[in-house]
Amino acid sequence: MLFYSFFKTQIGNEVEVELKNDIRIKGTLKSIDQYLNVKLDDIQVTNEDKYPHLSAVTSTFIRGSTVRYIHLNASTVDTALLQDATRREHHANMGKAPSGS
Amino acid sequence: MFTTAAQLLDMTDKKIVVVLRDGRKLIGVLRSWDQFANIVLQDTIERLFSYEKKLYADIERGVFLVRGENVLLLGEIDLDRDDYIPEPYKLTNQRELHKICKEETIQRKKREVRRARKLRKFGFEGDNGGEGLV
Repeated sequence: MLFYSFFKTQIGNEVEVELKNDIRIKGTLKSIDQYLNVKLDDIQVTNEDKYPHLSAVTSTFIRGSTVRYIHLNASTVDTALLQDATRREHHANMGKAPSGS
Repeated sequence: MFTTAAQLLDMTDKKIVVVLRDGRKLIGVLRSWDQFANIVLQDTIERLFSYEKKLYADIERGVFLVRGENVLLLGEIDLDRDDYIPEPYKLTNQRELHKICKEETIQRKKREVRRARKLRKFGFEGDNGGEGLV
């Protein structure tokens, strides 16, 4: 859930999503959910002549399972805070037995 | 709980393009969905593209129920720019394009296999299960 919360802080920022089929879509992050499905607004496809089917599209819903990378603007990410939060989540889960589900 | 559902809510009853895992592009009206992104499309057409010959064609398909795992992305079509296809692409008849697309798919799969094999030598595992996706 940590990265879901993290991406929620990125809502409204310009991001570039790279899919596993190599399409790169730039747009404003509109929303995100627990599967890391993302919604982008005002999209622009890098390399449009190769992927012409999205030229009439302004807003997309991308299924989280098909995303390879989400490129963020480095200035919007507090890596120290993120690292801290990751450690804390790890420690919180240490006491728990593996749930198996 | 089901935030996926909330994300799809404002696309309901709109004309959307759906890209599937096997590379197919479907254009239709989004009528129903659930939290897995299983979707129902009405008045669907399938649009074929030849990326090398810069051609496209439409095939009327009707109603689709797509299982969520096969969905790559959904895009809401801006009705002001509806049916805008970038310059070099020309409409052609579907019979002809079908053959071309089949050939291109075979070529693409071969390329993917070669790429995966090379990457594996360097210790990378493919992230799309060897499926040729466009």
